[in-house]
Amino acid sequence: MATQYLDITEEHCPMTFVKTKLALSKLADGDILEVLLPSGEPLENVPRSAVEQGFYVLGIEQIDTQVHKVILKK
Amino acid sequence: MTEKKKKISIIVFSGDYDKAFAAFTIASGAAALNYEVNLFFTFFGLDIIKKKRGRHFLGRGFRARFFNFLLGGRNNLPLSRLNFAGLSPLLLGNLAKKRRVAGVDELLDASIKLGVNFYACETAGVLLALQKDDFIPEVKKVIGIGSFLELQEGGTTLFI
Repeated sequence: MATQYLDITEEHCPMTFVKTKLALSKLADGDILEVLLPSGEPLENVPRSAVEQGFYVLGIEQIDTQVHKVILKK
Repeated sequence: MTEKKKKISIIVFSGDYDKAFAAFTIASGAAALNYEVNLFFTFFGLDIIKKKRGRHFLGRGFRARFFNFLLGGRNNLPLSRLNFAGLSPLLLGNLAKKRRVAGVDELLDASIKLGVNFYACETAGVLLALQKDDFIPEVKKVIGIGSFLELQEGGTTLFI
């Protein structure tokens, strides 16, 4: 079981979703992906779309006023 | 029982930079959100998916070759407004880089990586004397409207 990291805090739509999807597609069963993302659209939609694709959201932590960490598991 | 995938199909008619940007933004975003995505390039839109990205005399026959030369390929897509003889797309490209917003090339690349389906219009291909080999290898097939209508059935379809 490995943990991968992805920082999309500097990205904009649709690359926030694109980079997350590409990172998720590389996970093996049980692997974890920690995604740093900004508030707003990515925070609302990245966890939701991951769940729709069969991944688990293990947690969402606020890092600072603008940045959150979403922990996803395959 | 597996849930049926959501689907979006886009008719890419325009060969303008801003409209190609919109088409690939929707396509790559939708593919990343697990949609099945079909892009059907027709008429000026075929200019976006030519294998040769620059201004080339492509096709068979003088008139078709000259017209393809005028179209200019993916390196020379004009803006639909305020083009200023090709100056504005360069400015916009620089602005996009500076603001870290993906441009047409990056979005096209993302669409390919995410498995978006590319199709070229048969009739427009005949008109411009272009064949499958003239397009990027990701173009799955050259198809007519009947096949496209079948592909888009049950999903959302946009015309850009």
